[in-house]
Amino acid sequence: MSVSEQTPVLECRNLCISYFTRAGEIPAVVDFNLKLMPGEAHGIVGESGCGKSTVALAIMNYMGKNGGIVGGEILFEGRDMRTMSGEELRRIRGSKIAMVYQEPMASLNPSMKLGEQLAEVPIYHEGVSREQAIERSQKMLASVRLPDPQRIMNSYPHQISGGQQQRVVIAMALLSNPKLLLLDEPTTALDVTVEAGIVELIKEISAKFGTSLIYISHNLGLILETCSRLTVMYSGEAVESGDIGTVFTKMRHPYTRGLFSSIPVPGADKNMRPLRSIRGQLPLPFARPTGCYFGPRCDHFVAGRCDQGILPMLPVESGSSHFVRCVRFNEIDWSRATTRSDQHAPIETGAIVLNVSDMSKHYTIESGSAVLLGAKKTVKANERITFRAREAETIAIVGESGCGKSTFAKVLMGLEGATNGKVQLGDVDLANLPVQRRSENVISRLQMIFQNPFDTLNPSHSVGSQISRVIRKFGVERDPAKVEERVNQLLDIVKLPRDFAKRRPRQLSGGQKQRVGIARAFAGDPKIVIADEPVSALDVSVQAAVTGLLTDIQRENRTTLLFISHDLSVVRYLADRIIVMYLGKIMEKGTTEEIFSPPYHPYTEALLSAVPIADTSVKKRKIVLTGEIPSPSNPPPGCPFCTRCPYVMKGICDTQVPPQREMAPRHVIACHLDEATLRAMQPVITIEPREMEAELVAGGA
Amino acid sequence: MLKLIASRLLQMVLIMGVVSALLFFIFDSDKFKKQIAVAELGGFAVSALSDQDYQNWLERKGLNVPFYERYAKWVGGILTGDLGKSYQTNEPVATLVADRLKKTGILGFWVFALMIPLSLTFGIIAGMKEGSAQDRITSFISIVTTSLPEIATAVILMSIFALWLRWLPANSAMVGGWNWLALVLPVMTLVLYDFGYVARMTRASMAEVMTSQYIRTAILKGLPYKRVILRHALRNALIAPFTIIVLQMNWLLSGVVVVEFFFQYAGFGKLLLDAALFGDIYVIQAATLVAVFVAVLSQIISDVGYSFLNPRIRFS
Amino acid sequence: MAAITSIPVSPPPLSILKILQQPRSLIVLVLLMWLPLMLNVMLAGSISETVRPYLLLPAIPSALILYGVGVLSWRESPIAIIGLTLIFFWLIVAVSVPFLPLVDPNKPIAPFAPIGAVKNNHYFILGADFKGRDMLARTLWGCQRVLVWGVTATLVAYLVGCIFGLVAGYLGGWWDQVISFIANVLLSFPVMVLFILIMNYLGASGFNIVIAVTFASAPAIMRIVRGLTFDTKNRDYIFAAQTRGEHPLRIMIYELLPNARGPIIVDACLRLGYTTVAITTLTFLGLGLQPPDPDWGLMIKEAANVAKSPQFAYMLLIPALSVSSLILGFNLIADGLREMSLRD
Repeated sequence: MSVSEQTPVLECRNLCISYFTRAGEIPAVVDFNLKLMPGEAHGIVGESGCGKSTVALAIMNYMGKNGGIVGGEILFEGRDMRTMSGEELRRIRGSKIAMVYQEPMASLNPSMKLGEQLAEVPIYHEGVSREQAIERSQKMLASVRLPDPQRIMNSYPHQISGGQQQRVVIAMALLSNPKLLLLDEPTTALDVTVEAGIVELIKEISAKFGTSLIYISHNLGLILETCSRLTVMYSGEAVESGDIGTVFTKMRHPYTRGLFSSIPVPGADKNMRPLRSIRGQLPLPFARPTGCYFGPRCDHFVAGRCDQGILPMLPVESGSSHFVRCVRFNEIDWSRATTRSDQHAPIETGAIVLNVSDMSKHYTIESGSAVLLGAKKTVKANERITFRAREAETIAIVGESGCGKSTFAKVLMGLEGATNGKVQLGDVDLANLPVQRRSENVISRLQMIFQNPFDTLNPSHSVGSQISRVIRKFGVERDPAKVEERVNQLLDIVKLPRDFAKRRPRQLSGGQKQRVGIARAFAGDPKIVIADEPVSALDVSVQAAVTGLLTDIQRENRTTLLFISHDLSVVRYLADRIIVMYLGKIMEKGTTEEIFSPPYHPYTEALLSAVPIADTSVKKRKIVLTGEIPSPSNPPPGCPFCTRCPYVMKGICDTQVPPQREMAPRHVIACHLDEATLRAMQPVITIEPREMEAELVAGGA
Repeated sequence: MLKLIASRLLQMVLIMGVVSALLFFIFDSDKFKKQIAVAELGGFAVSALSDQDYQNWLERKGLNVPFYERYAKWVGGILTGDLGKSYQTNEPVATLVADRLKKTGILGFWVFALMIPLSLTFGIIAGMKEGSAQDRITSFISIVTTSLPEIATAVILMSIFALWLRWLPANSAMVGGWNWLALVLPVMTLVLYDFGYVARMTRASMAEVMTSQYIRTAILKGLPYKRVILRHALRNALIAPFTIIVLQMNWLLSGVVVVEFFFQYAGFGKLLLDAALFGDIYVIQAATLVAVFVAVLSQIISDVGYSFLNPRIRFS
Repeated sequence: MAAITSIPVSPPPLSILKILQQPRSLIVLVLLMWLPLMLNVMLAGSISETVRPYLLLPAIPSALILYGVGVLSWRESPIAIIGLTLIFFWLIVAVSVPFLPLVDPNKPIAPFAPIGAVKNNHYFILGADFKGRDMLARTLWGCQRVLVWGVTATLVAYLVGCIFGLVAGYLGGWWDQVISFIANVLLSFPVMVLFILIMNYLGASGFNIVIAVTFASAPAIMRIVRGLTFDTKNRDYIFAAQTRGEHPLRIMIYELLPNARGPIIVDACLRLGYTTVAITTLTFLGLGLQPPDPDWGLMIKEAANVAKSPQFAYMLLIPALSVSSLILGFNLIADGLREMSLRD
């Protein structure tokens, strides 16, 4: 290699990428610049539809049949990739540039053994023998810290877990020691504690192999943990780029600032320091405004300046590597740029409305066919769930996949019957009362908001008819005119235009659909609303708006909110009390304050450490769990967490059910560790005081 | 895997039991008994028959006992290899069916031998590049050939090759002994109709695989295109066509009825149709059961094969 | 008709199209076209021959308007429009055939008159069959019965298949076990074998074809609908309906069925093709529609024994190509619709 140290590994110059559809040319990425030095890790961050994945595929020169580079150049080690022949490209792909994808399961060939998929890479790129290739693959599997590489080589993709699959994909990418590794949302499909392990691995890679990284993510926290520089993208354009430290503390683009102020970081609080969302919506690619694409949503918009011509990327100071695509960045007073948003007094909680005691839900699944009567297996989806919820209180149920939070929602809603225990709503026991046998009154008191905005509304019916059905069903109003009026009121409450009633769900964006879902849940004046991950599928700026809406309505109606989530940041921001679940059991419960500070349950501790936080002043103690979440159909006896727990005591934790230790009134930890050990735990998250030119979250104390 | 096969075989026995009982029940009606009488004695003789004489005739034929008794006797017969005798020709059903089945087997063999490579090749070439010229041409040909029902294809092929060009015999009765040329038109008719369907299915499967993420991974791994197609795409793209091809056995049994009747080829389909038109119960019974057996067996093979080819199911 | 005549003349044609595209007006048009045709064929014996043709008068404009609306709404897909044109060619022929200048299709004029011959003062555009009946008249009249029985049979099969499919898919459990077993039993018969058994048992008639087609097709339809129901029933909007305490019947019809309509319509088009094949084939085998009224399968059956030389091949080819064009029409529409649904 004669390439000198000064040559960047990758350079994108004024890159423009378009898709060609029947409707015409749709620009996906406009005027994109990036310079990546050897060993550097560069993050690209942005919300869905901003063109970040398109950049990655363009670097790979894989645009599909209707996409193409329409301007600019991509230089790999100084050579323009656009002039390379197909054969040259093939030699570079997988050997010098490798890629890791969002969905590991879909990215691996389901009918080929992993060993063969791995060995292909050295065989075809370096012409090594099959034996050598297999040996190297096995070594690489060990170096991405996969247990038992021998077994994994002989497995099919579906036989290993999602986290292991992603490690295999990373191993595959590293096999030819690439110069550049592209990571496209590599942990989005994984659980938080598994994600933390993968992120650790990625950080090691650049250190150990000297590989340059491009890390694409929607999550600023992950970029902070992995990268040294980043580019923020909005609607196909890079709007700001620079060193992590600079951009995180001295951002100079209103969009970047908006993004940061809509993320729940420690310190945000739903009452005192509510999040601020970015108003409006992302423009469609063929309906972008002239001038600044962010203009219509920007608080600093000035007509005649921001909507003129094509905006260039400007250096913040001459010679600095901090660039921003804003004509007014020098005029905005960044120290007082944020407008104060409404503060509220904390909500006083009322009487107990829901009392769950020792609720268990077991499923029996038959392994083997019905004819041959195989052995039956019991899945303990929920085990002795106990808690109380008060009026106007927000209770968060936190856990990763398989923790039983969705099963709990189903029992509560009457779609499944509980195996044991009681679920007391007022004086009605809901534990074994299927929804068909519940009275209209009971049903209307309990409503639900769903996770997937694209699934929550029936695509065949108009928005209005779906809301009005609830109103009529629960007998809130009967008269057609009054029903319509109520539908309009509800649309007002969720801040949607009234003419949305006539629209079909497919004409709405994800956030708007979620608002309709909220309107529908509140249409029958419920007392308790179960929100199953209501914002996890939404972009961060939309998340803030939807959580804000939810708390406003809750405050107004004094509704009890059961908030099911895997995202501790959102939970910390929203919840009054938190229940941490793992494999169907409650590990810890208490107030938000109690959960986030010691004493912790070891699982809570790991969970807190795993959550990426987009704040440079936050320091975290690193606890990376090994292993994967066991299958709920085959949980370990004793403490379910014992297979991954760093404090595990052999012979006790894996055999005996842990005791419930009450650390403070209503703060319960289910753990074998003695009280003293628990109390001696150090905080995971510490916030270092630092100078910031402006409080991102308005109304700072 | 063994469990799957065992449970499917059990289901097959159950289905065959239900079907055969159903058939005995259906053919127990007076109408069919009369039909047999008419066929044997002549319409005039039957109408002249007194009630008593008719009852005697039924008794002589063993048709007066309730259908379940006859059914039980018939099931007993099967176990000893006796399938009864044809009312029409008085031949033992077993030999009759076996002979006809052999002829249809020859027909079916050639149909599959030509159809499988033809439709798979075209389907895969079309699916490799969705929207390309080769894709459009293949799709057009296959949609036209599937739209021609067997009778239409038979008519067209016969007109061209037998009536105008006189290359092939229009009739495949083969009264003068076995004639390979007479087999060509029936085989062509069946192949032409089925080719389009299987090719379209293969194309769809291949096209879906080509857009999958693991094919993207394989390409971005820098593998040669040939390797991507042969090793990564084909294996997955052929799973669906395999099950479809096996299930075509069921379809073939429908197709042969029409084609054999049209070309007067003395095969299994013609036997079934003739027996049905005549009301020859034991022949219909045996033929239907053979047809159902083949159909269910093909379903089992397709199911088992599918789970065998698909590691996701094989190892779960 | 009210929906159409009440439109004022002034608005531009585009808005008339909008109004005609509404489900309500489409249903009115389809009924106006379909009911007269259906009555005309099914009640052939019980309506006096003088009234019978006039029944079809409202159907002619309806068919023409429907064709126009169809072409304008599907202008994105040339494949679908070719299919639509083939189908509507035969539909328009079916409703207007009594008013066309044709001779009686059952009247023997000049046996074996070749194409283009003038015999006995009659110009045989498509020749005559072995009995001397005009091939053109027989071919055009022949489409009526195939269309009416084919569509009716498919509709009935779909109704039965959808009901069982929804119940098996949504309720699951024992319902599913029992329904699926019955479907498996029926699906184990090769289709033609099942047809032969049923037609043989019930006797040959149009109504019995409907029953036979239902037995043969409903299990496959049931499987499709069941599969679609399985896919949809775990959607959140179904949970939302369940947690509202909606009745399962309402969920099945109002929440599930409309979302399965896309694949169902495509499959229904394909199945119309299969049913047309089945009816023609059954008639050809002598188990379906009975003589003397013209029918394509019957024409092939009758000609198969006589047309043994190339100059008489037209007797076979004309009905064979006619039925193929109709089936091609259904298949092309299915293909076009599938392509359009993938684009969205």
